[in-house]
Amino acid sequence: MHDLSFDIAHMLAGSLVLVSFMMIYQARLYALLNAFAMQAFLLATAVAWQAYIRDAPHLYASAAIALVFKAIIVPWALHRMVQRLGIHREIETVVGVVPTMLAGMGLVALSILLMLQLTETADSALAREDLAFSLSVILLGILMMVTRRNAVSQVVGFMSLENGLILAATGAQGMPFVVEISVAFSVLVAMIVIGVFLFRIRERFDSVDTEAIEQFRGEKQA
Amino acid sequence: MELIGAFLLQGLQMIVVLALAPGLTGLVRKIKARLTRHRGAPVLQPYRDLWRLSRKEVVLADNASWLFRVSPYMIFAATWVAAALVPTFAIGLYFSWTADLIAIVALLGSARFFLALAGMDVGTSFGGIGASREMMIGAFAEPAMLLMVFTVALVAGSTQLSNVAAFMQSDAVGIRVSLGMAMIALIIVALAENARIPVDNPATHLELTMVHEAMVLEYSGRHLAMIEIAASLKLILYISLIGAIFLPFGIGPASTGIFGLALGLALFLGKLAGASLLLAVFETSIAKMRVFRVPEFLGAALMLGLLGTLLLFVSRSL
Amino acid sequence: MIDTVVGIVAALLALSLVATMLPKTLASATLVYAISAAGCILLAAAAIAFLAGSAVPRTVVLPIGLPWLGAHLGMDALSAVFLLLLGVGGAAASLYAVGYGRHEAEPHRILPFYPGFLGAMAVVVLAQDAFTFLLSWEVMSLLSWALVLPHHHADATRRASFVYLTMAGFGAMTLLLAFGLMAGSAGAYDFASIREMERGTTLAAVIVILMLVGAGSKAGLMPLHVWLPVAHPAAPSHVSALMSGVMTKIAIYGFVRVVFDLLGPVPWWISPPVILLGSITAVMGILHAINDGDSKRILAWSTIENIGVIFAALGLALAFKSGAMPGLAALAMTAALVHAMNHMAFKSLLFMVAGAVLNATGRRDLDALGGLIGRMPVTAFLALVGVMAISALPPLNGFVSEWLLFQSVLQSPQLPQPGLQFLVPAAGGILALTAALAAAAFVRFYGITFLGRPRSEAAGTATEVDRWSLGAMAGLVALCVLAGIFPGLLIDFVGPAVGIATGGQLAAQGGNAFATLLPLARVDSSYSGLLVMAFVAIAGGGAAWVVHRTASRAVRRGPAWDCGFPNADPITQYGGGSFAQPLRRTFGAVIAARETVDMPAPGDNRPARHTASTADLAWRHVYDPLVALVDSATSRANALQFLTIRRYLSLVFGALIILLVGLAIWN
Repeated sequence: MHDLSFDIAHMLAGSLVLVSFMMIYQARLYALLNAFAMQAFLLATAVAWQAYIRDAPHLYASAAIALVFKAIIVPWALHRMVQRLGIHREIETVVGVVPTMLAGMGLVALSILLMLQLTETADSALAREDLAFSLSVILLGILMMVTRRNAVSQVVGFMSLENGLILAATGAQGMPFVVEISVAFSVLVAMIVIGVFLFRIRERFDSVDTEAIEQFRGEKQA
Repeated sequence: MELIGAFLLQGLQMIVVLALAPGLTGLVRKIKARLTRHRGAPVLQPYRDLWRLSRKEVVLADNASWLFRVSPYMIFAATWVAAALVPTFAIGLYFSWTADLIAIVALLGSARFFLALAGMDVGTSFGGIGASREMMIGAFAEPAMLLMVFTVALVAGSTQLSNVAAFMQSDAVGIRVSLGMAMIALIIVALAENARIPVDNPATHLELTMVHEAMVLEYSGRHLAMIEIAASLKLILYISLIGAIFLPFGIGPASTGIFGLALGLALFLGKLAGASLLLAVFETSIAKMRVFRVPEFLGAALMLGLLGTLLLFVSRSL
Repeated sequence: MIDTVVGIVAALLALSLVATMLPKTLASATLVYAISAAGCILLAAAAIAFLAGSAVPRTVVLPIGLPWLGAHLGMDALSAVFLLLLGVGGAAASLYAVGYGRHEAEPHRILPFYPGFLGAMAVVVLAQDAFTFLLSWEVMSLLSWALVLPHHHADATRRASFVYLTMAGFGAMTLLLAFGLMAGSAGAYDFASIREMERGTTLAAVIVILMLVGAGSKAGLMPLHVWLPVAHPAAPSHVSALMSGVMTKIAIYGFVRVVFDLLGPVPWWISPPVILLGSITAVMGILHAINDGDSKRILAWSTIENIGVIFAALGLALAFKSGAMPGLAALAMTAALVHAMNHMAFKSLLFMVAGAVLNATGRRDLDALGGLIGRMPVTAFLALVGVMAISALPPLNGFVSEWLLFQSVLQSPQLPQPGLQFLVPAAGGILALTAALAAAAFVRFYGITFLGRPRSEAAGTATEVDRWSLGAMAGLVALCVLAGIFPGLLIDFVGPAVGIATGGQLAAQGGNAFATLLPLARVDSSYSGLLVMAFVAIAGGGAAWVVHRTASRAVRRGPAWDCGFPNADPITQYGGGSFAQPLRRTFGAVIAARETVDMPAPGDNRPARHTASTADLAWRHVYDPLVALVDSATSRANALQFLTIRRYLSLVFGALIILLVGLAIWN
């Protein structure tokens, strides 16, 4: 049906969706960070493989950036942040794991259905598949942000959303280098800002539980 | 003449599976012991245990019914028939069309059904614990297994194991992430169904860690021997199933000559040894999870099966 | 053929009238039930003769009913299949009632309605015009309502009958609408003309929805199922067996007849709601069954589950049919019809078992039973086969229909719409979960009722029930076993009906070697119940023989081991609530499970109390708001009762003005 190179690309992209699910399943912060590192690693491999079979050398750079920044630097920095904040035990979820996974399954089905229909006229099967899976990863990232109380896990959700965007950009016939660098820097800046925020929040309120913070909003009753 | 040969081959498969099952359990225990720096019992100890048990007198509770006495044989028969239908060293055996994957799953379900009923028969609270937890685990393991069967059947085009194994050996398969997910789902279900860590601990008799052991607490003598060999048969069934579906090297059609069959048998023994090693390493590396995490664990297997099916549709429609 | 059948049905209806005049003795009860049984057996025989023979449909027109319409009664293959179902179920229930009827306090409250109920169901199946169909449907509802009421002294029974009557009326109204829409303004009400008419797709979809509501409410589809768990347990056991086993299938017949036969082409997008509704009904039904403490209510919830499975199969058949794949639609429809027949067999059997236990012990709640396998050995054995059948264990009949259903789910990649391609395996996953939960529910049901130690005095002194009850149960058990090991014959029997419904048919299965099932030759998935049963029997028996010969045969009795701390009090065994606890905890949110513990303070001597309860979400989210709405609306409208004369006059004046304005605008 399809040749080996497409099969491998399909496998890598599918594993990306799988690891996004795994991130939802994790109950401990360190395991979540490890899963995120694995997701970034898989993303780098997927982008590098597509660079190889499409003969698009600038994608190698994207893969390298994803590998260095997202698979190594960001998880390490978050790991240190978690250690210093001392919150390595807490991941509270709004609803249980099972309803979240069911919702995630529905989101993946929806995004695959939608993207495959929308891209009927496209001729590159690889691009279609990239777009379908990237929307799934994006939606799963947002789901994670929405169903987690802990600020660090929300940050990780945001990061995995970025990973989905990079996969989409890879599918869309490559991306100009400039855009990639700016995306990477914006990610770094966002991380620094969020890190500063976390320390401030923790100083002020002794916790990073965003539900607790709700109490101190001016207009709301306690 | 050909008919007799086919019958003999099918009978050989049944005997091979039965003969190897206790040895497999013994091998896993031996490797686990070695990994935890014990010497461990000899690999053939389960055979001796079975012989000893079957010669002992059975002690029945006063209020145990005929169901209690008949269940061990029912459990053994259902598990042995299911194990005999999974191709180990040859496919296309004479009775391989009798039952497909769905029927094998259901036969294992019958074995679990009777085990749970036997646990409830004497009317102790241990039996009740074991039975209710076993049915909870089964309530998730069975659909996870069926979803795995769906994924594999959607790829291979049939639920008959001989057809699936033949398809997996051919070139039409390619690398598919859905099959990888199905394999992981099957491994998770196999761990749960065989009462292995992280779901249940086969080595202790503490209430905290008992599911299977709690149900058979009242059994003794030859009844207990039947149940133990049924548990070993279940383990060899799952390993052969993983081998037949995902690693079908060496399983040739029944019509290849003696040399082909011997090669298939040798490869099968190799798969068993490899699986025992992996299982022992896995069991010694992780801790048992609490009982109410097990539905989440098996739910992950269910989701894997469903995700595999979804991804299959993606690759089909592209 | 059709004339004899009509004659038998008329005899049953007449028996109902005669029964009102019989003296209130036991002998008259036995007579009525015996004649009903004979009538049902004749109906079943006629249906078998029709299906096995030429299967040519014929209609008679009787000069009763509406003067310009008459009453069209006819039998084709679809009617014959359901007539067979009715005949077998009715015969078994009547035979059971001969023995069970002795325990009824007021048998004359049941007798006048019982044969009429059977007759009315038969007329529904034989009806070939809308008027006869609807009239007999209403008579069926009314008579079954009367049959729910015999124990009217209990509050719960009165409430159950009220709920049932309301839902039945509502369902009949939607059916009326559906038939009205189908007949159209031309007003041709007989089925032959309705079949010929052309309809737009939107109209067809609306009619399917109306049928889903109308027939679904009688069958027990969510969220219209609320009457089933209250009404079925309240009725006497033989009536419950008929209502659960047969009447719900008559509702299925109505749905199949209208949607698959009379309606013509249906748009594909109406099948996902049917499939989804069926799957959700199945899983919610069985979750409630696992948590319930009343043996009959457990069986009622299990009926809801099985109806959900049948509707899921029917939805699948609808999807394949609108995708122009009659062969695959035939597979799904065969699964649905075979499951309907299997369910009749094992659900009637289980209700009879519950009735036998009720007779022997006087108790229905699980936590008062136990140890009955010793006191009622034959019932326990027959119940074991019934429980195995309903849990879909090979080689019995429950497994055959599950297998067929899964095989048709596996054909979903053939469907043209990608949405359906995703939905069907997901629904298949839900159905697989349902099957596994059903096994858990019935291990609990059988284990707590029959195994273990007796939890009450009544269970400890129970005795076996009479021969008639045992005979009826044994007959159903034999059917379960035969349908399990010779499923090909059953499939060939329902073949012509499947042909009417979907336009396709499975290959003949009767001639396969060793009674194997091979529904789709291209797929090459097969199953042989006969061989599986033979293998398991040989393996088990052979093992027992070998072990007894070569090893020991010694047995010694002693007290239970129980880890060295046996407790003599049977209350320390697992009860219904404790057995369900792991599943209740996992699925708690879906069934509104709640557990509270009331611990006394230290020093207080009263016992601690643990309460576990579940609630039907449909009541909470659908019916309670509806009732509240009706309540508030009627309270407001009540103000209309107390107006002054001037106000009433102004109301009349206002209505007149509105009509005049309307007339002006229209012109």
